[in-house]
Amino acid sequence: MSQSIDIEKLAHLAKLDLTEVERESFGRQIGEILEFVEQLAQLDTEGVEPMTSALDVQNRFRDDAPGESLSAETATQSAPAAQDGFFLVPPVLGTAATGKGS
Amino acid sequence: MLDSTSTILELLRSGDATAREVTEQALRAIGATQPSINAYTHVAYDAALNAAEAVDRDRKAGRPLPPLAGLPVAIKDVLCTADMPTTCSSNMLRNFTPPYDATIVANLKRAGAIVIGKTNMDEFAMGASTETSAMGLTRNPWDEDRTPGGSSGGAAAAVASGTVPLSIGTDTGGSIRQPAAFCGITGLKPTYGRCSRLGLVAFASSLDQAGPLGWSVEDVAIGLQAMAGYDPADSTSVDQEVPDLQSAVATDNLQGVRIGVLRDSIDQEGVAPSVRKAVSDAEKVFTDLGAEIVEVSLRHSPYWVPTYYVIAPCEASSNLSRFDGAHYGHRQSAQDADGAVDESLAKAEPLEAMYRASRAAGFGSEVKRRIMVGTYALSAGYYDAYYNQALKVRRLIRGDYDTAFESVDLLLGPVTPSPAFGLGENIDDPIAMYLCDLFTVGANLAGVPALSLPAGVDDEGLPVGIQLQAPVMQEAKLIAAGAGFQSKTEYHRLRPSGFIVS
Repeated sequence: MSQSIDIEKLAHLAKLDLTEVERESFGRQIGEILEFVEQLAQLDTEGVEPMTSALDVQNRFRDDAPGESLSAETATQSAPAAQDGFFLVPPVLGTAATGKGS
Repeated sequence: MLDSTSTILELLRSGDATAREVTEQALRAIGATQPSINAYTHVAYDAALNAAEAVDRDRKAGRPLPPLAGLPVAIKDVLCTADMPTTCSSNMLRNFTPPYDATIVANLKRAGAIVIGKTNMDEFAMGASTETSAMGLTRNPWDEDRTPGGSSGGAAAAVASGTVPLSIGTDTGGSIRQPAAFCGITGLKPTYGRCSRLGLVAFASSLDQAGPLGWSVEDVAIGLQAMAGYDPADSTSVDQEVPDLQSAVATDNLQGVRIGVLRDSIDQEGVAPSVRKAVSDAEKVFTDLGAEIVEVSLRHSPYWVPTYYVIAPCEASSNLSRFDGAHYGHRQSAQDADGAVDESLAKAEPLEAMYRASRAAGFGSEVKRRIMVGTYALSAGYYDAYYNQALKVRRLIRGDYDTAFESVDLLLGPVTPSPAFGLGENIDDPIAMYLCDLFTVGANLAGVPALSLPAGVDDEGLPVGIQLQAPVMQEAKLIAAGAGFQSKTEYHRLRPSGFIVS
């Protein structure tokens, strides 16, 4: 499984902007971590059902009835930028360099 | 300084101490220890005193009081509190106050507990030393050059330094049990689903579980009784009655109980002699109590840590995508003060650039590292080899537990390979830090409850713990065996030097 890791691509997928120092140290450390976990490949797991939860949980349905909920004002109280119960964010289109946004 | 939960509750009930007096004492102890230990991220001076006075008024008026009325407790800063910040010890959430209480916090308040403050932790609970906290590291009350463990290091140090008799931590891979062992106290990770996760800021949702830390088994039983219970708002919370855990504390006879010793783990290279001795001494104690000791091996235990370090980062990378600078938490503009944009973000769309700048500024290194590992393991082409394979191995690990519990009631083994290590010792070596979880992650992967008990002291005077594990939903068995152990040993009565019981 071992292969070189494209840190740039990974950071992009993870929506992280890394510093030069982080790019270098992460490249090495993540390589080591992946090498460490690769020992799992030694095990024969043919026919084993993946275990996605600690206990066998069954989907629980509830009645489709409206209940109490947070108001828009409360929900946006901790937002970095909000107005009239809406979250404010930079433009979706354009580029950061054009000076539009955040 | 405040000693055991059961003693303080007795003082409160008998009227020998008022809730205000106890709370003032807790606040004084925090004032005295915070500059050196740094167990807290937030202290709720006024709110705690107000809550205490309300308890005293109710008591004076002869109103019926809930079981923990007037007991100060500290809450790990990963659990939501509507009246205090909830930072996860991260710059990302430095100024975040949630709009609601976590269910277990609400349960504790309803039981009369006074929430005195929030405790320090590794950032987003990722770590084993509380050194990755953005709020400064926490020191071990037994030796201030050593770590209290992690990630619930603040919660453990808060008890061991005498500021509260009970604290609430969370345990994803050992984060209650390892700090409890390092700080010479008792820590209980309940069965996955025993306590609600609503309002527990998610790290790895299929592994996270909250639980109590205190001096004795009796104390953690009192804590769990108040926290636990079915919560319809958490789809993984188990809909089962919580038994009377305190009645299990009275045990001093383990006749007919079969305890399986995990000999393989004790004999492993790198396990400290003091840890080996604590486990073998404990075998004798349990034998004297009437239990039968047999040898047990969990075949896939060498694969616990690698399995955990695939599953936990995968879940973390998904869970932590919610921190985007849009809804709550830290927002960082992609532009600097002069309006210039870093080269790496210049071509990104403004919203995307804000996400990336905010996450880069808000998260610390260990969190970023785990998000990157999880992102890699979940990415197209690698999903089957890493994530799916880890989930299959997890089933094999669970199978080992099922097989073992067909022939024994409990498992006995170490909590950690060594007593508390020095500050800075493992911080630059992620894999060395991950190996701290060698003996604890099995319980999280299998979902079983586990208890860390003070069971020895090494040559340098540091506490050493042992671990008991039980089948799912069998906390009462753990508590009975743990209480039996503490009825015959004194390790849970040892206190760090400088600890003055008043």
